[in-house]
Amino acid sequence: MADTLETQLPRGRGGRVWQSIFRSGLGDTNLRRALAIQQNLFLHLASVKVRKRSLSFRVTWFLGTLSLGTFAILVVTGVPLMLYYHPSVPQAYSDMNDLRFVVSAGLFLRNLHRWSAHSMVLLVFAHMFKVFYRGAYRPPREFNWVIGVVLLLLTLFLSYTGYLLPWDQLAFWAITVGSNLISAMPIVGARIRFLILGGNGVNANALLRFYVLHCVILPLAAVAFVAIHFWRIRKDGGLYHGGSERHE
Amino acid sequence: MSERKDFVASFDSDSRKTAVRVAFVTRRKSPHVKVHDDDYVMTFPEALFRGAVAVEILALLLVLLSLFWNAPLEKLADPLETPNPAKAPWYFLGLQELLHYFPPVVAGVLIPTLVLIALIVIPYFKINVQAEGLWTRNRSARLRILALTVALFAVFLIAFNVYAVLIPTLLMAGFMFFAATNRAASGRFHRWLASKPLSFWIMSWFLIQAAVLTLIGTFFRGPGWSLVMPWSGDI
Repeated sequence: MADTLETQLPRGRGGRVWQSIFRSGLGDTNLRRALAIQQNLFLHLASVKVRKRSLSFRVTWFLGTLSLGTFAILVVTGVPLMLYYHPSVPQAYSDMNDLRFVVSAGLFLRNLHRWSAHSMVLLVFAHMFKVFYRGAYRPPREFNWVIGVVLLLLTLFLSYTGYLLPWDQLAFWAITVGSNLISAMPIVGARIRFLILGGNGVNANALLRFYVLHCVILPLAAVAFVAIHFWRIRKDGGLYHGGSERHE
Repeated sequence: MSERKDFVASFDSDSRKTAVRVAFVTRRKSPHVKVHDDDYVMTFPEALFRGAVAVEILALLLVLLSLFWNAPLEKLADPLETPNPAKAPWYFLGLQELLHYFPPVVAGVLIPTLVLIALIVIPYFKINVQAEGLWTRNRSARLRILALTVALFAVFLIAFNVYAVLIPTLLMAGFMFFAATNRAASGRFHRWLASKPLSFWIMSWFLIQAAVLTLIGTFFRGPGWSLVMPWSGDI
């Protein structure tokens, strides 16, 4: 029995079970390192090799990577927060108090989610300006810039829909101020506002709509566009690196 | 090789006059310019590892922030009690600040729509793809256009009392005029500014403008959207 276990049990990295999952094996040769990227559903969005120059900090400040990082933190903290949250009035607000006083580390979870959200908005903006000033939006990368603008909008909508969920005074009036702007739109303004809020004012329907947008629709859209955004980097010739590629 | 040439080669060291340089490529020669080969490294582990470290450092900072600084939570939402001032999330406060000066259809619809369209079309306009300094050609004509544009815009802003936009705009225009000055022995900063294309100036103006308006909206606006100092009372 012990003998069977010894032969059948995986021996960590490089063992039989490991190899059934990651066919490339260990990254001990460049071929295997290339396969590790190319044969992974998620990593294959990236290219197998990168220019050494584009890896240095001053080229990108890692702003795109960090934006993705905050998004990951937001998903990881957001899902547990959903377990303690009811999108209904006024239960949503009592859930906030429960997170503070009842749930273990609930306050920390909410803090991390909120500060990461603000950081993500900042980082995405910074990423956009950095890309612009490096000239990395120039052909052939012009469409990826457009995808980036879509991602900026998704980030803002994600943050904005999340802003309402605590259902406190800050949330309620911020969304009221923002949604009043929409009704300034000529002809269709009032209707669009009704569509977004599910009523003529910020009420329980608006909370439910914002909850669904915040937790399902917008994150899924963001994941899809992030995937295209990363894949396009490879398709458009890798990270922009200036130098010989300059259009001057 | 003995055909008669139907052109005259001239030499001119003034880059402003001779806009186009012609390279003469004789037969058996390739116009290909050899650039030094880029060094490539493997994405796994080089890029992935760096990315992971960057994200871990950021996560650490955010965890520390979350341990010592609590997310705001005010009392239960009450539609009958309007806080004064009622503020949108910080990234919309630049727009809310504009709402103070312009009618909602301008500040809330027209300006954001124009900004969005402008952002999307950036890479599709040649003017943004060119990396040539703004003042390298047609200097006097461009100077006149800039002066006229800034003057008209300034009159418009003064008419609406939008000093929060006027001052950064004038500052930016000042830098543009400074970059346009023709100086024999110019410093590093001047040379850097002079090399900047129009797209740089427009984007920088937008960036500074957005930052100024957002900061004013966030920290300097109190009850009734009046100007307050950030340290006077609670915001």
